[in-house]
Amino acid sequence: MPMTEIRWHGRGGQGAITASKIVATAAFDNGFTGAVMIPTFGTERRGAPIFSSLKIAREKIYDLSPIETPDIVVVLDHLLLDEVDVAKGLKEDGLIVLNTPKPLSAYDFGGVRLAVADVNALSAEAGLPPGRVNSGIIGALCRAFDIVPFEAVLAEIEAEFDGKKPKANAEAARLAYENTTVGVA
Amino acid sequence: MHVIETGNVAAALGVRLAGAQVVAAYPITPQTPLTEKLSELIEAGEMDARYVPVESEHSALAVCIAASSAGARAFTATSANGLLYMHEQVHWAAGARLPIVMCVANRAVGAPWNIWNDHQDSISQRDTGWIQIYSCDHQQIIDDTLKAFRVAEATSIPVMVCYDGYLLSHTYMPFAVPEQEKVAEFLPPFQPAYALDPSSPANLNTVTLPEVRLDVHGELAHGYMEIRYLLQEDLRNAVQVVEETDAAYQEVFGRGGVPLVEPYRCDDAEYIVVGLGSLTYQLRDVVETLRAEGHRIGVLGVRLYRPVPDAAIAAALQGAHGVFVMEKALSYGYEGALCSDLKSALYDHLPDKSEAPFVKGLIAGIGGREIRTADLADALRSGLAGSIPDPNWIAIQL
Repeated sequence: MPMTEIRWHGRGGQGAITASKIVATAAFDNGFTGAVMIPTFGTERRGAPIFSSLKIAREKIYDLSPIETPDIVVVLDHLLLDEVDVAKGLKEDGLIVLNTPKPLSAYDFGGVRLAVADVNALSAEAGLPPGRVNSGIIGALCRAFDIVPFEAVLAEIEAEFDGKKPKANAEAARLAYENTTVGVA
Repeated sequence: MHVIETGNVAAALGVRLAGAQVVAAYPITPQTPLTEKLSELIEAGEMDARYVPVESEHSALAVCIAASSAGARAFTATSANGLLYMHEQVHWAAGARLPIVMCVANRAVGAPWNIWNDHQDSISQRDTGWIQIYSCDHQQIIDDTLKAFRVAEATSIPVMVCYDGYLLSHTYMPFAVPEQEKVAEFLPPFQPAYALDPSSPANLNTVTLPEVRLDVHGELAHGYMEIRYLLQEDLRNAVQVVEETDAAYQEVFGRGGVPLVEPYRCDDAEYIVVGLGSLTYQLRDVVETLRAEGHRIGVLGVRLYRPVPDAAIAAALQGAHGVFVMEKALSYGYEGALCSDLKSALYDHLPDKSEAPFVKGLIAGIGGREIRTADLADALRSGLAGSIPDPNWIAIQL
């Protein structure tokens, strides 16, 4: 069964689970009957590295084990690269989506596709409080990975953040979408 | 309507749909978000029930026992050591024949402390006289929770709906939410067989003598042994009630059909893997892998664990050459409890014992040890080649 496996790396409290849930919901609403998001729980506290597994397929997904060989890795904080081997198991033609203030040329993952955006800065520009990156990172992901119409994702972001700056969160995603650089690194 | 939510939310929505009138619970990971959701729904006026915060799980079930005795539809939920702390009241609820429903978000028990998933908590309650149902995904969680109230009230026996902690309780996946307006068709308001009434005071479940005797009306009353025999009889008959309830549910909501056991590619299978909960769904992918390698293998999920649907289990396994039972719990000092139950069912139901399949037990995922799909396939490849791993605990590193 063709399935896209997206592993999200963030920090406890950063909202990676909410972000992957938004993508799962948008995917489900657009015909992906199998859209599951499996958080992996350790004994993490706020700020500790965490990861979750988002699997997307046209058919129901029965295997809820954590992703070992992702198609895509999404990293909400570039400083995690010093703590976690985020590219572990990444498929050969895989993609890394990275929130970083540095340019693409600053990275070498051995020849994978890399998408970078300064989501912190762009989210602040959209009017979000410092450090709120979980809506913006979705824009960067959608720029490099075209699975669901971006407008549908924006609508889902507004729905998820209902009452919590929905327009600014959608704007952060749109700005990140427009300002993501995709290349090979 | 489909939503993408966690298994805990699926359970909470099932409880709301069922119109539970009293909810009493004490938070414990990974059950906590379920009862938090219920308290939010009640606080927001979206569920017409009384939420009773208590200081322990023992009290949570005591409150449900009182509420149910007074004729209210009562619900609680817990995990792991919370369930064990409840244990005395777990027995009591069954002996008192109260149709309480409890969700168990399955978690390993201490010591040592561990918050992750296995099935030791609910398996250790199998002899309490409760009905136990194991759900494999969120659709089954919400449907089973709703069905549990009808089964409990039809049998006057409490029901545990068990689902894997974290793997299901905290995972997000899509599921259909039954329409509230159709629920009344399936689950009418609770009509208790007997309810406490302040205008007509009574004692319930007082000391009951070993022998039968005349009651206050001069009629021959059951002794303890008769009361307990009837619990056993009604539990055995509950297999049929669970089937009938599932059929009624299917008629109204169009889902169901696997109330006792859930086979996957078992029809022509020479080998069958048996288990409980989400593991049996994960095993479907393993079955596909092994079938591609030429092995005729299937998986059988046991959905109703107590009462044991022994005839259905034996019928599903009849004709297989070998059976592997994969469990996340065991009866310490012997083997997995399901493995023993399954052998017993085969012994009772297969007319020609020489044709009985071999049965091998495997233990996996104790205390949340990651169950890698590749490890499951490797363990079964060994088993198909005639030797299961030794020790038979998958992925153990001694």
